[in-house]
Amino acid sequence: MSAVAERLYRRRRVINAFNLIVSGFCAIFGLFWLVWILWTTLHHGIAAMKPGLFTQMTPPPGADGGIANALFGSLVMSLMAIAIGTPIGVAAGTYLAEFAKKKAIGEVIRFVNDILLSAPSIVLGLFVYTLVVRQTGHFSGYAGALALALIVLPVVVRTTDEMLQLVPSQMREAALSLGVPQWKVTMQVLYRSALPGIMTGVLLALARISGETAPLLFTALNNQYWTHDLNAPMASVPVVVFQYAMSPYESWQSLAWAGAFVVTVFVLLLSVISRAILLRNKVSND
Amino acid sequence: MTDAQFALAMPSASAVATAAPLAGAPPKMAARKLDFFYNGAQALKNVNFDIAEKRVTALIGPSGCGKSTLLRIFNRIYSIYPKLEARGEVLLDGENILDVKYPLNRLRSKVGMVFQKPVPFPMSIYDNIAYGIRHYEKLSRADMDVRVEEALRQGALWDEAKDKLNQSALGLSGGQQQRLCIARAVALKPEVILLDEPTSALDPIATGKIEQLVAELKDRYTIAIVTHNMQQAARCSDFTAFMYLGELIEFGATEILFTKPTKKQTEDYITGRFG
Repeated sequence: MSAVAERLYRRRRVINAFNLIVSGFCAIFGLFWLVWILWTTLHHGIAAMKPGLFTQMTPPPGADGGIANALFGSLVMSLMAIAIGTPIGVAAGTYLAEFAKKKAIGEVIRFVNDILLSAPSIVLGLFVYTLVVRQTGHFSGYAGALALALIVLPVVVRTTDEMLQLVPSQMREAALSLGVPQWKVTMQVLYRSALPGIMTGVLLALARISGETAPLLFTALNNQYWTHDLNAPMASVPVVVFQYAMSPYESWQSLAWAGAFVVTVFVLLLSVISRAILLRNKVSND
Repeated sequence: MTDAQFALAMPSASAVATAAPLAGAPPKMAARKLDFFYNGAQALKNVNFDIAEKRVTALIGPSGCGKSTLLRIFNRIYSIYPKLEARGEVLLDGENILDVKYPLNRLRSKVGMVFQKPVPFPMSIYDNIAYGIRHYEKLSRADMDVRVEEALRQGALWDEAKDKLNQSALGLSGGQQQRLCIARAVALKPEVILLDEPTSALDPIATGKIEQLVAELKDRYTIAIVTHNMQQAARCSDFTAFMYLGELIEFGATEILFTKPTKKQTEDYITGRFG
């Protein structure tokens, strides 16, 4: 090896080692906070766990209680938001991917959808507040579900659009070559192919709204008691966590940790499940 | 020889391109004065071409010569993309299929297509075959079973697939998937089958099986096959068309085209001097 080549080689090795160390350090730095947050939540959350958590209502200060009403409220409003947002989102995403692929209107819708996707959730909360709460004159579970649906919608539109575009064009050609009309091809072949991806999008949207506080503050507000009347103010875990964590009472703070723990575990599980769905699909496609 | 040199050496290339006689075999499909444009760029120039009934017609030529483009006009699959335009006539049993009044789905039920990359639908082997049939016919489960078996037998896949009809078609090997795609096309009882480089993604053994299958299918169906592989065209076709730069250069009986080509471009291509 000539002296020049030797020198270049050593130089490359030094640069490589330097970059490897710096990027490794950055990764550890980023992970450190994540692990710390998780650890704090788990540590305090597990300490606050008790059997009554899932059966008792949110208590007045000093009394014993759980967060059953908040869990129920979160569940109902989140599921309702998914039920509203998913069909509209899938239909809109299908339009974008299959029928407006290279049209100007498709680009405009995609752009507007991206804005909605990154809109601060408190803005969506205020929007529904003006639209529903002010008109009906009271806070309600319906308004909460609607605000959450507005968060779900752009996520589902985006994933459906992307997942359908990932379906190879040969699949469309092959199905259309059988003389099957396009809407049938979309419903029966393309959806099947894109389903795991779309489901992942829906699950991730569910994970996101189950931790949202701001849109619910202006819409569902909170409720100290159990209610299944969606036309009345409704409790939700994030709002209870928000309210109790800020309170001076230790029993409330402990319940807030428990609520945060439950939401964290739920979101974590959803993420793992959606990963598993994607991974399984990848394996079967190879 | 580069393409540019080749074009210079052959100034009269555009003067030819008339349909050759099909030696007694009646044409099932025919292109007449066919031009094709990709977003305004001309990809086919005045192509006149016949596909003989119940024969295998091969299309050969270097990459980008327009052979796949031509094939994709015969069932109008090109029309799913914007800004593509075909001018001229393509006749199926004498009717112009490029006419907007010609029903597209009827055309595609008569003219099936198999693509370069095998694309089984993400469903079971059985449903892959039954999917197209269900669109046209209401069959009882027993009748459908018969049709699926018949199609898989014609696709030379029955023996390998009969024990796993309900398993996902994605679990088949590449060659099996391609035979499934052929069976899927055959299941609709089409009149014409278009094969667009059906073996270019397959290994030699799977390729051999597909070629054998083509030979068996030509008793019942009219077949047009696009191929990169000249030996394949020589082995399994009755007629061969050689295309170059969007024009049909020479068209005739396969053994004559490969042994006594009349055009110099054809001779250069089949002797491997370019392409």
